[in-house]
Amino acid sequence: MTTKEQLDQVTILLAGDSGDGIQLTGSQFTQTTALFGNDLSTFPDFPAEIRAPMGTIAGVSGFQIHFGSSEIYTPGDLSDVLVAFNAAALKKNLDRLKDRGIIICNTSGFDKRNLRLAQYEENPLLDDKLRENYQLIEIDVTKMTRDALSESGLGPKDRDRCKNMFVLGFIYWLFGRPMQGTVDFLDNKFKRKPEIAEANIKVLKAGYYYGDTVEAIPSTFEVSPAKMQRGTYRNIMGNQAMAIGLVAACKKAGLPLFFGGYPITPASDILHELAKHKNFNVKTFQAEDEIAGICTTIGAAFGGSLGVTASSGPGIALKGEAMGLAIMLELPLVIINVQRGGPSTGLPTKTEQSDLFQAMYGRNGEAPMPILAAASPKDCFATVYEACKLAIEHMTPVMVLSDGYIANGAEPWRFPEASSLEEISTKFVDEKDAEDFKPYGRDENLVRQWATPGMKGFEHRIGGLEKELESGNVSYDAKNHQTMINIRSEKVNKMANIIAKISPDSGELNGKLAVLGWGSTYGAIKTAVKGLILEGLDVAHIHLRHIHPMPKNLEEVLKSYDHVLIPELNDGQLIKMIREKFLIDAKGLSKVEGNPFAAGEITEAIKSYYS
Amino acid sequence: MMEVKSQEEKAKKPELKARDFVSDQDIKWCPGCGDYAILKQMQSALPEIGVKKEDIVFVSGIGCSSRFPYYMNTFGMHSIHGRATAVAAGLKAARPELSTWIITGDGDALSIGGNHLIHILRRNPDVNIMLFNNQIYGLTKGQYSPTSELGKVTKSTPSGSIDHPFNPLSVCLGAGGTFIARAMDRDPKALKELIIETHKHKGSSLLEIYQNCPIFNDGAFSAFTDKETKKKETVYLKHGQPLIFGDKLQYGVKLDGVHPIVVNIEEEGQDGLWIHDETDKIKAYILTQLFDDPEAGGHLPRPFGIFYKEERFCYEDAMQAQVDHAREQKGDGDLEALLSGNNTWIVD
Repeated sequence: MTTKEQLDQVTILLAGDSGDGIQLTGSQFTQTTALFGNDLSTFPDFPAEIRAPMGTIAGVSGFQIHFGSSEIYTPGDLSDVLVAFNAAALKKNLDRLKDRGIIICNTSGFDKRNLRLAQYEENPLLDDKLRENYQLIEIDVTKMTRDALSESGLGPKDRDRCKNMFVLGFIYWLFGRPMQGTVDFLDNKFKRKPEIAEANIKVLKAGYYYGDTVEAIPSTFEVSPAKMQRGTYRNIMGNQAMAIGLVAACKKAGLPLFFGGYPITPASDILHELAKHKNFNVKTFQAEDEIAGICTTIGAAFGGSLGVTASSGPGIALKGEAMGLAIMLELPLVIINVQRGGPSTGLPTKTEQSDLFQAMYGRNGEAPMPILAAASPKDCFATVYEACKLAIEHMTPVMVLSDGYIANGAEPWRFPEASSLEEISTKFVDEKDAEDFKPYGRDENLVRQWATPGMKGFEHRIGGLEKELESGNVSYDAKNHQTMINIRSEKVNKMANIIAKISPDSGELNGKLAVLGWGSTYGAIKTAVKGLILEGLDVAHIHLRHIHPMPKNLEEVLKSYDHVLIPELNDGQLIKMIREKFLIDAKGLSKVEGNPFAAGEITEAIKSYYS
Repeated sequence: MMEVKSQEEKAKKPELKARDFVSDQDIKWCPGCGDYAILKQMQSALPEIGVKKEDIVFVSGIGCSSRFPYYMNTFGMHSIHGRATAVAAGLKAARPELSTWIITGDGDALSIGGNHLIHILRRNPDVNIMLFNNQIYGLTKGQYSPTSELGKVTKSTPSGSIDHPFNPLSVCLGAGGTFIARAMDRDPKALKELIIETHKHKGSSLLEIYQNCPIFNDGAFSAFTDKETKKKETVYLKHGQPLIFGDKLQYGVKLDGVHPIVVNIEEEGQDGLWIHDETDKIKAYILTQLFDDPEAGGHLPRPFGIFYKEERFCYEDAMQAQVDHAREQKGDGDLEALLSGNNTWIVD
């Protein structure tokens, strides 16, 4: 008789060949777990190659999910359960499993060939140490799947493709999750191939009942729903939230949305998602290159759309000159950088925060641009929404920083009602003002007006050459250039009057140590700081969305602590800005390994201040 | 009847004059630059196309010619090097109703912006591309361009250029262009007519304009523009008409298989002359190959006029149709539904 063990939180790492359907298995488990009511956070980790050589360590694709009955902010440091579809998956991920953790492995993935490809001399499943240190559940998933489908009429290849569903069924059983959501998903996904849907569902159930029947493990687990804030929730991924935020902002502003972009990992899903929402007056343009991606949006913005482009570091580098043009033209543009490991092509599918300086300084000339950074998958919505509002209301390009970790990660989102979203006003000229129209005339916030082609009497020319104050005509005058440099800088700085003041996310003001983060390190810092506050430490977490301009009170807030620690997934970029701006002796915690921080790494760094 | 119709047309057209298209900016091209003639013909052509001034946009890249929008009293953007085609592609996709004109040069369009040029042509938005070809880099003070002839001695090629030059119209036709034509600054009448033709064509119209740079490449096209030689060196393409040229129109072009040859009409008569068909793509390819050096022995004359014209759907129309279709199918975007997605759960 299997018993049930209550757990507060669990981390599962699914790993196998990139052709094994790991990401699909992970996203299905995520969806089911979200609907079940757990708080959760996920982290897909896949190779840059679509189908790297089968069975090799380079070809291992992973998906980590951390879920619980309490609040979850990260995909988890070490996992409780490792599902290894083959030997390479075990070899690559064993050090990410807790002691006494559960290994579920597909024994057919440990045959001679797989062992050789994974560079194992002996079969690790026969190693006593492995059995002593971990709880090993061996299942011949490949054989079970084939047996379950022996009468299906499907060929061996199609049958083997269902084996991820066997594993999914098995872990559904292990954690007491319902299968219906996935059954519905499969029915819908294979609407036109009912025999494939049927086979997948059959194998899913076979996996579930296999666990039940053979009592593969003495105890299954129960993770009760989390006590979350009341409301209606959905599951959301970062890139999806980004796209929805763009659409929502344009709808609110009453503007058409024009997206120009070039496919690049890990930003392409923003284009994919937007392309689904044409009925919101969204036009998506897959350009011939990154430069055309942004230049088409500049053209569209000149014509009265909100122009949006999204890319990753290498693509953003190519857009640099055009960003300068947009700054000169003072047109509303949102530029999204879903950062990845650099430099050059770097680590396309890995995460990093190393494009902060690129965002701040990566253009020719004095070219200030507001920069906002998203902290988590769901925060991509709020961040990009605010970026759109700033771009439209202040007639400026705005940069939004995300990264591969939150772009592909998912979490539950208590989504807002449309009516609760902030209003966004546009800067269109009034038809009556044609007579006195000055293309570069400005309001009290130094914002110019928007006169678009088709508006009678507002014909004017703009361009990348320096503008004369107010008239916008070309000017090479020395004093005028200084004036315009000052205006463009001041215009961005003035936004500090509008953006929210900052306060600690966890902990109190006036303490011993503030941990200052930005972007996707939010979850790891929050988990670490909350844990240490519970242990009685005097520590606070401050998280920065507004990189440029910074909140007006940031200096005052930071100076209320004895120490400031800045963890970043780069070689120390925000820290240089903070030290330069405020002359604070902040210390950095830097990691550039292509992976997010584990909360434990932050905890350790904080503890060093208290020993 | 005729008179009634013309009055109706008159009523429809805004009563604009060439001077209405002159902006208040001082023109800063060098004295004698071919750009002046092109500007003048543009300003004189636009009142005849019947489009309101506020619905016209000029987008340019970088180079001497790209200052053009500043001198036109319409909407305009002087963008960055090579990107006018991309900027205009976005503008046209977002605002299909605007009359969109691209001003570019041989360096801007064929070198730094080569990629955008071929892609705009294959997508075929309804824009008019004026490619000012002076076979030199003027604004950077005289380096060879991708259309400069082999062996050209410039500041950057003191021993002569070793770059094989582009044949611009062949490139544009190869890229899937739907309107390919050639004009020159020194033939204002034909230039104006061709400008109007580019407007009339629904699709991307590419008009290459031979333009003299009196400072860095003076006389590059003199064989085609000098009184003594032009009639012998140029052939004007007219749809349905034979290819004939010469002082007394005494020469014709004939196809020997797929090879064009020059015949003397006075001796051989008009039989079998090449009759220009601007809808024939294969023949248009051959026409673009009439690209000989006028100094070379046995060379063919250089064609001017419309090489090729094709009706093909425009990018912005197809894009708008997809938006309209999505709205018909799903209704105007419902923000609440977008925010909630398909799978939600309630926490009490």
